[in-house]
Amino acid sequence: MVKLAFDDIWRALDEIADPEIPVVSLVEMGIVRDVQIQNDAVIVSMTPTFAGCPAFEQMRAAIVEKLRALGVERVEVKIVLTPPWSSDWIAESARAKLKSFGLAPPPQHGGNVQLFFPDAVACPYCNSTNTRVTNHFGPTLCRAIYFCRNCQQPFEQFKPL
Amino acid sequence: MTNLSLVFKILALADDELILGHRNSEWAGHAPILEEDIAFANLALDELGHAQLWYALYQEFTDTEPDYLVFFRGAADYRNAQFVELPKGDWAFSMLRQYLFDTYESIALPQLVKSSNARIAEIAAKIRPEEMYHLRHTSNWVKRLGLGTAESHRRMQNALDELWAYALQLFVPLSDEQELIDAKVMPDPRVLQAEWESQVVAHLSASGLIVPATREPIATSRTQHTEYLTALLAEMQEVARGEVYGVEW
Repeated sequence: MVKLAFDDIWRALDEIADPEIPVVSLVEMGIVRDVQIQNDAVIVSMTPTFAGCPAFEQMRAAIVEKLRALGVERVEVKIVLTPPWSSDWIAESARAKLKSFGLAPPPQHGGNVQLFFPDAVACPYCNSTNTRVTNHFGPTLCRAIYFCRNCQQPFEQFKPL
Repeated sequence: MTNLSLVFKILALADDELILGHRNSEWAGHAPILEEDIAFANLALDELGHAQLWYALYQEFTDTEPDYLVFFRGAADYRNAQFVELPKGDWAFSMLRQYLFDTYESIALPQLVKSSNARIAEIAAKIRPEEMYHLRHTSNWVKRLGLGTAESHRRMQNALDELWAYALQLFVPLSDEQELIDAKVMPDPRVLQAEWESQVVAHLSASGLIVPATREPIATSRTQHTEYLTALLAEMQEVARGEVYGVEW
């Protein structure tokens, strides 16, 4: 097998777009947790954002495909649940990209989502906090729907988890 | 402690999530407003995701494929409470059922996070924050409908009268569950019930609803089901059973 360094593998994984939010990568979203190289095998640990996320299988297949294309013969994807995925793990770089995609990034909550249900979410288009929630549930499990009273546009928020 | 009592309990947890999720999915395209259509689809998908985690754990013990469990078991082999299999009813009925279940989960999950079984603890830790979104949504709607118009109030009260004794089945211990309680794998359902009752009675009363007096569950065995589960499974399993070997698209 081609001799690959960790950096090459991480870089390749960082090129895999989130199927539902294609402007960010699986690495930036904190979905890829760990990479290990054992002899001729690469073991990637990944974790689901929301447990029922239907894009999860697609992400898993994309990881296998990407590493095979790099010349890795044996790719093993391990699913880990501990610690449970947190929206705090979304990289700073990805937060800006979410915003450009029309998705208000989730607030940092330091592990205490319970107390963190803010209604003053800033509009990703005009930054106004004069917004209201339209629906706590949205087109995917991880999104809520808002409306900006200032620029009169609907937008979505990536929910804190 | 035998593994048998544990696997039965895991299957009960999984089946409750699956069947409730399926009932919620029946609102897709039928909810009274678009926002609730979306909300119920989300609730359904979340519960299916949670079922998947429990089925995966069941598979670790029994080597049984989750797809087999879901699509090729008959009603007699399902271990869900009758509470979740009742038809979706009107929207008040589905909303109230989801609220009663969400409150139960909001009390059970923090206890399951402390389970002496590490896998159970991590699955509960994964599910718990997602469930907070459910409870916030359904508890608000219960209040809105209970204190809303005469019709919304009447529908909520009818739903409560019908659902109450079924909901109590969630707290009936399985036959060997005491072993799991002693081993600190599972919390004592009687303790959960006391906490659940105090929370839901307070909220339902504040929502203008009268809680039925009975504290006797309508069903006590998870091997007995209503006729509604058979009909649900017939629909849910139709495609899988019709094309046992799968179809390539």
